[in-house]
Amino acid sequence: MATLNILVAVCLIYVTFLFTVAFAAERAARRGHGGWLRSPLVYTLSLSIYCTAWTFYGAVGYAARSGLEYLTIYIGPTLVMVGWWWILRKLVRIGRSQRITSIADMISSRYGKSNLLAVGVTILAVIGTTPYIALQLQSVTLSFAVFSESQPVAGGITDQDSTALWVAMGLALFTILFGTRNLDVNERHHGVVIAIAVEAVVKLFALLAVGVFVVWGVGGGLDETLQRIDASEIGRWEMRGDRWASLIFLSAAAFLCLPRMFQVMVVESDRESHLRTASWAFPAYLMVMSLFVVPIAVLGLDLLPEGSNPDLFVLTLPLATGNESLAMLSFLGGFSSATSMVIVAALALSTMVSNHIVMPIWLSATGGGATISGDVRNVVILSRRISIGGVVALGYLYFQLSGGGTALASIGLISFAGVAQFLPVLLGGIFWRGATRIGAFAGLSVGFVVWTYALLLPSFGSGALISESVMLNGPFGLSWLRPQAFFGIDGMDPLVHAILWSISLNTLVFFVASLMGFPSPLERLQGAQFVNVFEHSRRPQGWSGNVAQSEDLMIMAQRILGAQEAQKLFESEARRQGVSGYLPDPSPDFLQVLERELSGSVGAATAHAMIGQIVGGASVSVRDLMAVADETAQMMEHSSQLEAKSEEQARTARQLRQANEKLTQISVQKDAFLSQVSHELRTPMTSIRAFSEILRDNERLSEAEKVKYSSIIHGEAIRLTRLLDDLLDLSVLENGQVNLNLQRGVLSNVLDHAVSSALTGSIDTRLHVYRDRTQEAIPINTDLDRLSQVFINLISNAQKYCDADAPELTIVVRPSANQIQIDFVDNGSGISKTDQAVIFEKFARVGEMKAGGAGLGLAICREIMVRLDGSINYLPGQGGAAFRVLLPVSLAKPAH
Amino acid sequence: MGKRVLLIEDEPNIIEAISFILSRDGWNVSTHSNGHDAVDVVLGNQPDLLILDVMLPGKSGYDILKELRENNAAQSLPVLMLTARGATRDREMAERAGASRFMTKPFSNAEVLEAVRELVAS
Repeated sequence: MATLNILVAVCLIYVTFLFTVAFAAERAARRGHGGWLRSPLVYTLSLSIYCTAWTFYGAVGYAARSGLEYLTIYIGPTLVMVGWWWILRKLVRIGRSQRITSIADMISSRYGKSNLLAVGVTILAVIGTTPYIALQLQSVTLSFAVFSESQPVAGGITDQDSTALWVAMGLALFTILFGTRNLDVNERHHGVVIAIAVEAVVKLFALLAVGVFVVWGVGGGLDETLQRIDASEIGRWEMRGDRWASLIFLSAAAFLCLPRMFQVMVVESDRESHLRTASWAFPAYLMVMSLFVVPIAVLGLDLLPEGSNPDLFVLTLPLATGNESLAMLSFLGGFSSATSMVIVAALALSTMVSNHIVMPIWLSATGGGATISGDVRNVVILSRRISIGGVVALGYLYFQLSGGGTALASIGLISFAGVAQFLPVLLGGIFWRGATRIGAFAGLSVGFVVWTYALLLPSFGSGALISESVMLNGPFGLSWLRPQAFFGIDGMDPLVHAILWSISLNTLVFFVASLMGFPSPLERLQGAQFVNVFEHSRRPQGWSGNVAQSEDLMIMAQRILGAQEAQKLFESEARRQGVSGYLPDPSPDFLQVLERELSGSVGAATAHAMIGQIVGGASVSVRDLMAVADETAQMMEHSSQLEAKSEEQARTARQLRQANEKLTQISVQKDAFLSQVSHELRTPMTSIRAFSEILRDNERLSEAEKVKYSSIIHGEAIRLTRLLDDLLDLSVLENGQVNLNLQRGVLSNVLDHAVSSALTGSIDTRLHVYRDRTQEAIPINTDLDRLSQVFINLISNAQKYCDADAPELTIVVRPSANQIQIDFVDNGSGISKTDQAVIFEKFARVGEMKAGGAGLGLAICREIMVRLDGSINYLPGQGGAAFRVLLPVSLAKPAH
Repeated sequence: MGKRVLLIEDEPNIIEAISFILSRDGWNVSTHSNGHDAVDVVLGNQPDLLILDVMLPGKSGYDILKELRENNAAQSLPVLMLTARGATRDREMAERAGASRFMTKPFSNAEVLEAVRELVAS
């Protein structure tokens, strides 16, 4: 009773001590006195959470059952620390540069920041870790029970369930207190780490103390103990190669992949240089831890009664020999192992659960991340605290349900095999740029399905979760799918079998699926960041590169700036640097210049990403990519606008050119017209002036002469008037405002009027006009005066120009439905082909004829006929000059 | 017998007017009214003065004058050119073709007489 009470008291004091240490460390770190917190020694000791209660108690049990095989659990991490420290260094470097918060974050980050992948990894990590937490609770409970068994019953506190519950609650409280003080998980949890370091010392000291006591106190000295070992079966180095290799691999993989190991090794890491110390100090720690395992196991088997639980020899040996204080120390060692593991595991898992499951759900439930304001901090912390509680609760629940029956070591190995599934994806991610998200997802899925089916489910016992028939004959009678004998390969150790198949299928699927698909741009960028982390992060602020990259930069610059521009830039930069040749060193200065130059062409974000692709050094985030996309869209819009604008300009230019041509043409025409008008006016004016001067200056003119010259003056004056009338008429007809005077009439009447007008008053009246009046009795509705003007013009022309001896003009009328065709054909020699083309132009004169007209008549006729919705054309092939007038019977509306 | 003036002009009324004025002044005036055979007529006629219109049917006055100036017989023949087009360009073209004097229609009878007298005298 006293011992149990003391034990409880010691436990409480110990826990209080841990709280105090953690609190002091936090305080020191906050005040900047935390230099000693970041020593390589603390880092190394924090790694010792690898040694959980399983190692503390279980290793002895393992040795008692399976001999030296327990050593594999220590050999694996030792190999990693000694031989693979460069992998760890890379992980740590990536973790620092990418601000990685957990292994789920690491994997999802690498594979294009896929949250789905993060969720998957998180769930698998929780599945793999929960039994392990349960295991720690169980070990504490068992060890407590050992004390209570040796003592009279002491109330409810000895009850196993309540012990586990108290322990779980205490651990959750501790983790919440010291694990969620800061929002930024990337900041170190100094309190937690220092507490773990202290516990590492306690458990090492406890195990050593027990070991020393066993060898020298119980075993009777070193020699005697060695003899006992030789005598026991454990001493026989009975190695099963496949199992040893598998277990070494497994523990090495787990060392890299366990969420809690990742937490202390990468997330809590301060300096890469600590790895150097840890690479020898941690194996040394493991060696010391394993030093007395065999002696304790052998002596326990020898001295303790048959049927004692070998997993508890560390505790029961001192108790059995009455050394209660040593037993208490041993208990504290085991307690330390268990609690440190649970604390860190809960911390790591809660970060994953909170970041990848709770927060995304909360964010989407509250309407997306953009609108969230300052209260996010509290939400994140709350979510992380709840997650911690949840993880520990899950462990407790598992402990309750499983009843604590299974041997500690087997739970540990199953758990190891589970998290080892992360290994291909993790290593592939940091060494192979071709690894894709799809590949990672496929590989992980396959690995975990195989692990669950071949190892996890059968571990509950045949018939528990997998029926015996499936175990023996495979599902649905498919014997090649028997959980412990895939493809009919029998007789393998179930653990080896499961590891072999799960890891190899996982790896195979991961590689094949990666090779079959293409990584997305973000995956490529992240892949480059991860794989080339050392090149990238050498100079975290500015750009840097090596000379080989100068050429790549040149090629890229040429593509964007054009060959000449790029070469000029590079040469001048090379000259500035004092480098011979045309390739400057990719100094940060030069890269900045180049980036600025490129951003002028492709936009800042794109330029940054492009240079980043070649020399690396800056993480390209989703935001960067969005910026790139935005810029591209803007540029495309801009260029299409420019294109439209230039098209418009081209169109305007074309129109201007056409207008200019037209204007030039019009100007030329106008000049020619004015010149013609001038000529046509000056000619009659010359006659008028000359003859009026003659009449004025010569008194001796005969009366006949006076009459003749007066008549000439009169005639020329009339000619002038007619010319001016024609010009005005034409001007009005050509330029618009013509008021048509629509009237109803009969065609024959119009022709009558035209013929008489044309022939009377003319000196030359020889022209004979032939008509068929029966055809002409057509009622028409048009501007009768204008139509008559056209007819008069045509008849006058025949009268003036018909060169036949007996000039005749035949007018032929042919009516059709709504149009009348009127032909005027004379019996002269007609109009030559070349002249036919110009007779309707202004001032066109035909042949050498001079008949007093100014050459505007036919031009006026054409304009009139257009106004009357009809036409007038020369009719070739009629012998003499022939014109055809087409006229609508009724002009619907005045045309403009 | 007065000096002989050849008038090449297609407008009948102007022919009549100039003929009347020059005849009254004692000039022997002969006339021709188209451009086709004008050069032959001039060379055959060998006048003391040629009065030449620009706008002639068949051939322009400029072309006729150029041909005449290329011929030895008419190289120094005084030529008075008449045009109804008053542009500066027409005057330049007349000078280039070899006109001795250029007059724009309408002109006063006195101007014509004076020009004819001066041209023949020189």
